[in-house]
Amino acid sequence: MMIENTTLRAAGAEAGSRLADIVEGRADIMALTQAAEDAVLSPGVAGGLSPALRAALACRMARLSLAPALVAHYESLLPQAGEEAASARLADPACTDNGNPRDAAIVRHVDLVTQSPKSATKGHIDALRDAGVGESDIVRLAELIAFINYQLRVVAGLRLLGEIA
Amino acid sequence: MSEAIREFTTTVPFWRPYVTPITLEDATPEQREALKVTPSNTKVSEYVLVLAHDPESLQHRTPLFNGVMYNHGGLTRAERELGAVGASIVNRCIYCAAVHSSRYNQLTKDESVMERVFAKEEDAGLDERQSAILKFSVNLSKSPPQATREDVEALQQAGLSGAEILDLILSASLFGWANRLMHTLGEPIAPNVI
Repeated sequence: MMIENTTLRAAGAEAGSRLADIVEGRADIMALTQAAEDAVLSPGVAGGLSPALRAALACRMARLSLAPALVAHYESLLPQAGEEAASARLADPACTDNGNPRDAAIVRHVDLVTQSPKSATKGHIDALRDAGVGESDIVRLAELIAFINYQLRVVAGLRLLGEIA
Repeated sequence: MSEAIREFTTTVPFWRPYVTPITLEDATPEQREALKVTPSNTKVSEYVLVLAHDPESLQHRTPLFNGVMYNHGGLTRAERELGAVGASIVNRCIYCAAVHSSRYNQLTKDESVMERVFAKEEDAGLDERQSAILKFSVNLSKSPPQATREDVEALQQAGLSGAEILDLILSASLFGWANRLMHTLGEPIAPNVI
């Protein structure tokens, strides 16, 4: 049996289903996927990307990528009030500016690398730096974007496999 | 300053980072721990030293990548490489495409498949099984993902088992991750200039 696993739950791999049986053969990969999710959503050292901002960006990428089950999951992690509510607004792709120029630069990069990674250039990294995103935070942001784009494809693929399995 | 490579190739380029890599001398205990689990302890690549800015992610990345690409059973290694190349073409990650097309060629001893994939991408005219794998990988890699039930049925008709389709989902998706690091944090340059 799997312990709680966001990716499997979003894919609808219910216990006892044929899909769950197939995925059990790669239980190690699914466990590492959860560990990687924890590392980008709730790391021990969050640096300059708060857990609230990370959840909002994850939710935004899931929305941009039409992944409703992951949208629901990441939405549940958003702060409802307080200082961090400004970050939560960025979960909506229609919000490109929450009044914080650093956040605005971050969401521009999130949208670009999610939707058209082939268009990314050195200039986009320079733009992050110019907006005050430090070297380590650039890499933390890249890992968050990259992981969510992996996860939402695993979910999309598993849902299709579940239909025919 | 040498020019970045813009065309697909099976010759693995050098990778020039946009972000300053960490140095081993200055690495924190957490960074050292994460770097230890990379395949090469003696010479750590610039790429891995860039990723070491986020040691918590790096720590899981290496076992995950090795598991998805090399673990036993399921889809053949060459077909996982084809899945990786499909993603890398969509995302135009020249570096990843070079590494994984050259591995495909080593495994299959057949360079004609990658020549056709690089020239015609989705319309490479491969055999039924290879075509189904490439098409699924390409469609899953688009944003938003566009793989369909018909694409998965084509995999089934081409003889892939559920376990094999799972491995293809994982390898194609993994390069939705890898491409978004490699292609956005640095650029490929000719291997003989540094």
